[in-house]
Amino acid sequence: MVRIEIDGHAYTVPDGGNLLAACLSLGLDLPYFCWHPALGSAGACRQCAIIQYKDAQDKRGKLVMACMTPVADAMRISLDAEQARQFRRDNIELLMTNHPHDCPVCEEGGECHLQDMTVMTGHGYRRYRGLKRTHHNQNLGPFIKHEMNRCIACYRCLRFYDDYAGGKDLQVLGMHNNVYFGRFEDGALENEFSGNLVEVCPTGVFTDKTFSAHYARKWDLQSAPSLCVHCGLGCNTAPGERYGQLRRIINRYHSEVNGYFLCDRGRFGYGFVNSPERIRKPKLKGYPDMTADTAESYFRNLLKTAKPAIGIGSPRASLEANFALRSLVGEENFFLGLDDTEQVLLNTIVELMRNGGIHSPSLREVEQADAVLILGENLTHSAPRLALSVRQAARRAAFELAATLHVLPWQDAAVRNVAGQAVTPVFIASVAATRLDDVATNTYRGSPEDIARLGFAIAHRLDPSAPAPAALGDAEQALASTIADRLKQAKRPLIVSGTACVNLAVIQAAYNVAKALPSTDKQLTFTVPECNSLGLAMIGGQSLAQAFERVGNGLTETVVILENDLYRRAPTRNVDLFLQLADHVVVLDSLNNKTTEHAELLLPTSTFAEAEGTLVNNEGRAQRYFPIYPETDAVRGAWQWLTRMIDNPPWRHHDALTAACAHALPELGAIVRAGPTADYTVKGSKIPRQPHRYSGRTALYADIAVSEAGQPEDKETPFAFSMEGDTAQVPPALLPVLWAPGWNSNQAVNKFNREAGEQSGARLIEAAGTLPWFSDIPTEFTPTPGRWRIMPLPHIFGTEELSLHSPPLLERAPPFCVLLSPLDAENLGVHNGDAVEIGSLAGTLIMKIPLRLEPSLPFGLLGITSGWPAFQSLKAGSQVTLKKPSQEGSL
Amino acid sequence: MGEGKMDKPLTKNIRPDRAFATLADYESTGGYQGLRTAITQLQPKEVQQWVKDAGLRGRGGAGFGTGLKWSMVPMETPQTRYMIANADEMEPGTFKDRMLMEQDPHQLIEGLIIAAYAIQAPIAYIFLRGEYHVARQRLEHALLEARFKGYLGEHILNSDFNVNIILHTGAGRYICGEETAMLNALEGKRATPRAKPPFPLVSGLWGKPTVVNNVETLCNVPHILHYGVTWYQGLGRGADKGSKLFGVSGRVNYPGLWELPLGIPIREIFENYAGGMRDGYKLRGFLPGGASTDFLLPEHLDVIMDYEAVAKAGSRLGTGMLIVLDDRTCPVKMVLNLEQFFAQESCGWCTPCRDGLPWTITLLKDIIAGKGRREDLDTLSGLTRMLGPGNTFCALAPGAMEPLQSALKYFRDDFERYIVDKSVLKESV
Repeated sequence: MVRIEIDGHAYTVPDGGNLLAACLSLGLDLPYFCWHPALGSAGACRQCAIIQYKDAQDKRGKLVMACMTPVADAMRISLDAEQARQFRRDNIELLMTNHPHDCPVCEEGGECHLQDMTVMTGHGYRRYRGLKRTHHNQNLGPFIKHEMNRCIACYRCLRFYDDYAGGKDLQVLGMHNNVYFGRFEDGALENEFSGNLVEVCPTGVFTDKTFSAHYARKWDLQSAPSLCVHCGLGCNTAPGERYGQLRRIINRYHSEVNGYFLCDRGRFGYGFVNSPERIRKPKLKGYPDMTADTAESYFRNLLKTAKPAIGIGSPRASLEANFALRSLVGEENFFLGLDDTEQVLLNTIVELMRNGGIHSPSLREVEQADAVLILGENLTHSAPRLALSVRQAARRAAFELAATLHVLPWQDAAVRNVAGQAVTPVFIASVAATRLDDVATNTYRGSPEDIARLGFAIAHRLDPSAPAPAALGDAEQALASTIADRLKQAKRPLIVSGTACVNLAVIQAAYNVAKALPSTDKQLTFTVPECNSLGLAMIGGQSLAQAFERVGNGLTETVVILENDLYRRAPTRNVDLFLQLADHVVVLDSLNNKTTEHAELLLPTSTFAEAEGTLVNNEGRAQRYFPIYPETDAVRGAWQWLTRMIDNPPWRHHDALTAACAHALPELGAIVRAGPTADYTVKGSKIPRQPHRYSGRTALYADIAVSEAGQPEDKETPFAFSMEGDTAQVPPALLPVLWAPGWNSNQAVNKFNREAGEQSGARLIEAAGTLPWFSDIPTEFTPTPGRWRIMPLPHIFGTEELSLHSPPLLERAPPFCVLLSPLDAENLGVHNGDAVEIGSLAGTLIMKIPLRLEPSLPFGLLGITSGWPAFQSLKAGSQVTLKKPSQEGSL
Repeated sequence: MGEGKMDKPLTKNIRPDRAFATLADYESTGGYQGLRTAITQLQPKEVQQWVKDAGLRGRGGAGFGTGLKWSMVPMETPQTRYMIANADEMEPGTFKDRMLMEQDPHQLIEGLIIAAYAIQAPIAYIFLRGEYHVARQRLEHALLEARFKGYLGEHILNSDFNVNIILHTGAGRYICGEETAMLNALEGKRATPRAKPPFPLVSGLWGKPTVVNNVETLCNVPHILHYGVTWYQGLGRGADKGSKLFGVSGRVNYPGLWELPLGIPIREIFENYAGGMRDGYKLRGFLPGGASTDFLLPEHLDVIMDYEAVAKAGSRLGTGMLIVLDDRTCPVKMVLNLEQFFAQESCGWCTPCRDGLPWTITLLKDIIAGKGRREDLDTLSGLTRMLGPGNTFCALAPGAMEPLQSALKYFRDDFERYIVDKSVLKESV
């Protein structure tokens, strides 16, 4: 820490930062555009000008850019000096010469950083009389709207998209005041993090096209702290609602998890909440209309059958909902509802996290890694936000080299200039090419078995006591040695693996490598497919196969399925049989799917947007989400339906349920600290979900009834469906909307970022113990002639169940095809784009589908998009035959 | 070598018939002797010291000590260093490097090899303005000759020193003359200047230590090594050492380019060499060192051409190439012409330059069209301060403001006449 003097007041600020960041963290108002806490300083906009004095005698000082000036002890600066104020005012005047002043029709209006800064500097009168330059706007795809005339050329879009996220198709074109930020031609932005442009852009050049389709001003959106439910990373989000409709998702800063950025699936995958497929009323087969009360009593009766009912849980339901079901049917009758293979993988991951003795890092910690080995994952598609963090870790060596030149980490361009000479070891072993290959020092392609064998070989090279794979090829042996040697030198090596390649040996190999590493700061992280996959595995329960057996043996009559489409978990004919054999099927879910079609009783449950709950992310961090808006119709939280079925339930409220869950499962004990309880108040009142400028409250539903309805009450959380309440004292992590006087845009986060993130989430597992070496090393994968093995490959816009209900996302879904290596295709006599017939080994036709050649795919594998409904009949690892269709062109 | 040529080392091989000096021509007047001295007799540090002692200052406009610059390169680290000749001469009114490269290409090549030796750079670049295609052909030819003769390549003059020179032609951007923008351009990035620190001396091309010197600067180096420091110091008349190319453009009798000692009075260049104003024209003022320097007036003719003296008079020595304003040319229109160039060439990175220069053009055009307002002159003055040194990311905009700010000072009547007395609008030029 150093002491600096700002306008005559003494402050203590952290050493090594820049003056702009220091001033903002002190709560001082200093306008800026091109700086971003995650992107560093650029010095382009010249907006954060201040006066720096040499010493106490210096009264004149000199104008410097705060963002480009390192903090130094005993520094004396002024923000208020008239010279600095005037420069900042004049600079905005220049920026505004070409700005269209279309705020009333601009979707950024009301949360526009440019608006805020213009007001803050006091530029209010336009002297420029010339013409404004105009630009052509591009169609950038289903996510992002482009309005280049508003651009003030701060270069933040480019610095995020290209420099931070590794995008290639957004560029700055042209020169002088005709610089143009766009693609070389119209077309969807290719990078999977393009949505962040909406938040990174300080004005309305890049706006959210999905929000635009049902737009509301920021101050009219109701919100609450929430979580992304589209993968296992648990990114924090701030969804916005108006008129009972979820309007958009924006990032909610969490220092340990997602920081400032979300992936496009997380941001644009919310369509399922508003989907026409939502179940709004209870349904009983044969009875069109049914009230919630009738449904309840019917459900109660079904549970009173002679044989005990069984419950099937869900990795996309909260801990509390799963626990309520488990309590309702009893532990011995609770089944996890996972794909059987996946359950084995998840159980192994949980066991490694519990007893493996290796730290499971947060995303922030991932970014600090100085060497990375990825085994079997294409992270951009299986855990997108983690890929973005690994991309930052790949810059670690550049930061370290820059430090030797006295370049500080936030001096962004200078760090990037030395990046070419500073290579952070990043090794990627995957089934096919990955979107992180551009930062990899070495890549390896192979079947899951071959990837596992490489991992075992690396572990053996690191520690000879670790078992070695037999008969490893020379190339693999050499690669294993290279990787091992580089990992060994690292201070904070990171091993990444997960469930994506559906192979236990890969996960075990990843553990062996991590265990063999000498560093005390080593890290091991696994991706998991769904938002509560890890939580569900931690609760524990029997497998789906056992549930099928239970019904098959006639040991149960009633099956209660919680938010789970079993057709995504098990082969169709098995599920069909199971649902037929069960006398009574009760399904609780929010959206129609193939399983709900078979429900005798279907109960409508709320999505994350209308309910509360706790999820455990892949790191082992329990986090709480809160309803954004109240449930309507007969929709209820799944935990509420289930609780009402329990006679004299030991809990009435969600907090008590959370506590009961924590009590029953000691490992989950810390979940009670994952978020505040309903009785948490600030100055005696609940936290308002609506901004203080929320408009039309009394007239909101005047088209339905002119009398003002009372505000819905929230008995389950500390948030109120109201605009009343003092937010000044609320911890930032609990603020539904980050706002500070003068800061209406999302840049208000910089007024809070020292505190935001606190009080949010609780880590459940810390590294302890150690496990023996895994020694079950698979043999090399050798393709059987005439047979192909099904290899599911995750896709960011094609794999996750709920996001498939979002129409904009589907526009970006992968093409409907299977992937094959060119050599295999040549042998079959088929070409790129041709149709092929996939058949079972017995010879029956499964499907006819177009083929795409994927040069990085190993021989003998048939790549399919995992999770894509049309591929449900193709199970991972199963073998199929391929045939050139006898008659061409009849797809 | 004739006695008279010893005081014109830079141009001694330049012939009136414009034929260029071949390697044989160049060698016959002592060419590559400086390189021989450097490589066979001196350590790199000693070469740096010689150039420092000689008092050579950068001829690109900023006037930084050349030997001092070289001595700041970290020599201990094992990493590659780069030497770059800035041949992106694009300053309006400036054509001195073009002459040197077109007429005597080996002089630059020898200077560049010596400089590379002094900082132990295995690779040197010539970043040449794309439009200089004659210079390109002649440099290419000269590079082949030098390589063939063993002055360039591996084991130069049978020593252990190796250097390769890469001739790179630009795509026509003034900003590439800014050394860090040039580095980005060489790396294949947008030609936008870099933040300093770190300076290129520490982290330059590809993040490695890099020295960028102007063509004319490098052309001085062989002679310092060949004829010695004392001889070189004798060349200057004022505080600064050596000779320099000076030129005059505008309505003078003999527009041209001459090698003269630093410290020569402007009057001597103007009257003795340029032959004074053409009949019917009077001198109203001049830009002493290219387009991005402040106007000086006839009363400044006795100022001597060295860095400090011109600065004291309120301008900059710059490139040493005078642009003359006569009494029949409108200074407002001349300034507009210059500002249009600078606005066009702004890289678009920082706000004041990108958006401020177009505004000055709007205002100047309005004024010239008779649509000016009185307060416009205050706005223009405000812009000259706004775009001043330290406020922008690089020196382009402050340079662009120099002719404007001095025109507003010296020729304010001309501006005001457009605004107040619209009769001027009918006048021509």
